[in-house]
Amino acid sequence: MSDLAKVIRHSARGMITLRGDLTSSPLKKAVKAATGYTVPKAGHIAGDDTKGVIWMSPDELLVMVPYGEVEATLAALDKTLLGKHYLAVDVSDARAVFTVEGAQAHEVLARVCPVDLHADSFAVGAFRRTRMAQVAAAIWRHEAGFDVICFRSVGDYAEGLLRNAAAAAPTGALG
Amino acid sequence: MLILECPYCGVHAEETELSPGGEAHLKRFGPGSSEDEFEGYLFVRENPKGVHFERWRHAYGCGKWFHAARCTTTLEVFGTYPAQTTEPPKDIKDKISAKRPGWRWRDFA
Repeated sequence: MSDLAKVIRHSARGMITLRGDLTSSPLKKAVKAATGYTVPKAGHIAGDDTKGVIWMSPDELLVMVPYGEVEATLAALDKTLLGKHYLAVDVSDARAVFTVEGAQAHEVLARVCPVDLHADSFAVGAFRRTRMAQVAAAIWRHEAGFDVICFRSVGDYAEGLLRNAAAAAPTGALG
Repeated sequence: MLILECPYCGVHAEETELSPGGEAHLKRFGPGSSEDEFEGYLFVRENPKGVHFERWRHAYGCGKWFHAARCTTTLEVFGTYPAQTTEPPKDIKDKISAKRPGWRWRDFA
């Protein structure tokens, strides 16, 4: 039997945690300069995995750039935000990244996350931090399916979890 | 299952995504307070059948602390509100009064 969805584990992506006052104009400008996107509203991602910005909490963003550009982006952020109250730190190597793609990808994630993943409540561009079985994870929906990030220390666990969930037979409960 | 809306990120988080933080609106009594006050702060808690105010943390989400007003008998949630307050906001109190007339919880009513 074929799997419900395809689970792909990616090599490290460039990720920068940026904390500060998300409404301040220097921070907005810095994010725009680094990614080309404006700060998204709560629970959303702007851009995509190669270059984008994610709303993580009321005072935290995750800036995504190509892995090789992290250092330059950090330097640019530090320059723009000098003297402001902020934190920008490279977390690229602290994360494991997966893509779950296919028409049934939502069912795979629904098995391990307590989240309503119906397209009406979790549309393309929606982002959410949640619990994936026993570990913290963050997911967002894109055209092909979902991207999942979690701590690399639990990356093997998360990979097994997703592959196992994808291998089980469909229940049809989600339509 | 208990589902609370995080007032910071708007997510409807299910109980397992949250960490319970015990009773809300405790007033801290530290050095210089009387023994009775300190004992009350440390140990004396409400255990009501009905309206209750609690602290919760959106642990698997944005990580922020917030308050929830709910009923311990029916598990009905009256509302959630940010933690930067020393008493429940008026709209939450009004909502409780509409559903549980005459309710009382510590000094709030």
